[in-house]
Amino acid sequence: MNSENVIVRLNEVEKEFDGVKVVKKLSLDIKEGEFLTLLGPSGCGKTTTLRMIAGFSEATSGEIMLEGVDVSGLKPNERNVNTVFQNYALFPHMNVEDNIAFGLVEKKVPKAEIKERVSEMIKLVQLEGLEKRKPAQMSGGQKQRVAIARALINKPRVLLLDEPLGALDLKLRKQMQLELKHLQQKLGITFVYVTHDQEEALTMSDRIAVMHEGVMEQIGTPDEVYNHPKTKFVASFVGESNILESYVRSVDGDLLHIDLEAGKAALHAKGFGVEEMIYICVRPENVKLSETPVEHFSIRGKVIEHIFAGSVVKTEVELLTGQILKVASHPNDDHVEVGKRVYVHWRPKDAIIVHTVEEQIYNVIEQTTEKLYKEMEGVDEGED
Amino acid sequence: MKAKIKNSLPPLAMIGPSVVWLVLFLVLPLLLVVGISVLKRNGYGGVEFIPSIEAYKSLLSTDYLKVFGSSFLLSIETTVICLVVGYPFAYIIANSSEKIKPFLVLLLMLPFWINSMIRIYGWNTLLRSSGIVNHLLISLGVIKIPIEMLYTDGAVLLGMVYDLLPFTVLPIYTSIEKLDPSLIEAAKDLYCNKRHVFTRVILPLTMPGVFAGSIQTFIPSLGLFYIADMMGGAKTMYIGNLIKNQFMSARNWPLGASLSIILIVITLLLMRLYGKVGSLDDMV
Repeated sequence: MNSENVIVRLNEVEKEFDGVKVVKKLSLDIKEGEFLTLLGPSGCGKTTTLRMIAGFSEATSGEIMLEGVDVSGLKPNERNVNTVFQNYALFPHMNVEDNIAFGLVEKKVPKAEIKERVSEMIKLVQLEGLEKRKPAQMSGGQKQRVAIARALINKPRVLLLDEPLGALDLKLRKQMQLELKHLQQKLGITFVYVTHDQEEALTMSDRIAVMHEGVMEQIGTPDEVYNHPKTKFVASFVGESNILESYVRSVDGDLLHIDLEAGKAALHAKGFGVEEMIYICVRPENVKLSETPVEHFSIRGKVIEHIFAGSVVKTEVELLTGQILKVASHPNDDHVEVGKRVYVHWRPKDAIIVHTVEEQIYNVIEQTTEKLYKEMEGVDEGED
Repeated sequence: MKAKIKNSLPPLAMIGPSVVWLVLFLVLPLLLVVGISVLKRNGYGGVEFIPSIEAYKSLLSTDYLKVFGSSFLLSIETTVICLVVGYPFAYIIANSSEKIKPFLVLLLMLPFWINSMIRIYGWNTLLRSSGIVNHLLISLGVIKIPIEMLYTDGAVLLGMVYDLLPFTVLPIYTSIEKLDPSLIEAAKDLYCNKRHVFTRVILPLTMPGVFAGSIQTFIPSLGLFYIADMMGGAKTMYIGNLIKNQFMSARNWPLGASLSIILIVITLLLMRLYGKVGSLDDMV
């Protein structure tokens, strides 16, 4: 990656609250003009990361560079970034115009220019006619637009958005997702977007950084993250997935023949040897059911339930081991009756290896050691 | 008919006692005061049953207007000082860590557990000529003869501020406490330095608390009489003392009653204002 167009660089950034690490060794380059999403469940450290970039929170260790300059120690008002807050944080005593003009007034921009830029912004976010409204007199979607305009008017190099659409209803949220995406493309400003909604992340982002328990588990385009999840967590968090434990029975060129507890299966993968333990991920839409056996596969199960969900039918299949497999199919497809026994299979290229068992064990060991270190340090301090 | 009576018994039993209480101890005395204010004095501490608005007329004399003037002035001074001292105090409490916050609020509430008159006596022992403060200053050699601290207008002001400060601090504290911290972050994000965060965001948004605190201080300060008596030696006359004197020593009940009515009217007007500020609070 060309280091010149990296606009935000996080280098081994860590954050501790009361001895608990909420962000661990996070290194991340954000490119100029890209729409990057920090995705993860609540408590994964994504908002903390955003707040460290904004300057509301200081990193415990590591460095944060904005436009090539280390910004640690710089206050939020000294950084060329602006934030759109989760609950909008509009000033309730000011009308729309005054809210949007707030940053420019503070920067002592001439009045005539403020007026011009504010009306330009109001046009951009389609709030014409609401200039004199107070936040209390506006809907959630309108407030959201004001919050975005208030940040964008300052022409920040990076716009930080902390779950900005979280409080909106589904339909409005979908509409705003597209509007935001188009706005970002039009203005060419770098967006760093925090969300726990994987669908939102997939829809809007150029790249997604998936975070889990303070660790960035994978970074990549929506396609990479969805179709090639690197870890079990990413596979299960981004989109629906079936995760199966298995080991390699034999290798036939690219084709791995694997044994699951529930039967035999196959997938395409390179670099794995016989008897290696692996976790595989199969998306529900890639799981096929048939009443007759298919080559390489011998997994059997019983159809438990069909759930009609509009554009798809979600089927649950119980394997002989008791594990429930999620299957998605088109409503017009033929569906096996509930209660019938079926053979489960997939195209070998549709299954992904997300984690080898060794990796899993290695992670557990690492976490345990870290915990032990912590405890030992605690004891030392106690003795002092 | 019988069922109807039976059904209305439980509600009557519930609101009955409080209605009786209010009628006996609020409505009747108030009517009595209104009644007395429009009767004629009889000179021996009582009234003659002859209608008269003499009492109200005499209120217009310059002497009484002066009393009103000095009372208002004292109340305004008290309120302003309470605000200047109380705002930072409230701000510090609201922004202190969760561990010591309850303790600070407790400190603020603690004086309410002791009768206010007793606490003012406490000031008396501190400030009088042979009091602790003078004693200390003399023994330290700072002064030779005791300073006249008690029985001055300053002492009255001190007593008033001391007594009413919690009433100013509490509403301001509540409004600062309610302030969404992300608004302060937003202001910082939009290039505000500390001073501007205060003047452009915190202060305007806590104005409802400031109004409420001011009115809650101003209204009781108009009627307080014992502080002026005990700390000021009744040198300057305030409304509260004047009313007390009309009943206790001057034996001019109609005048005392009419003064009370005027005070009640002023208070009600201020309460109305307070109500309006309250609804302003909801909007923000």
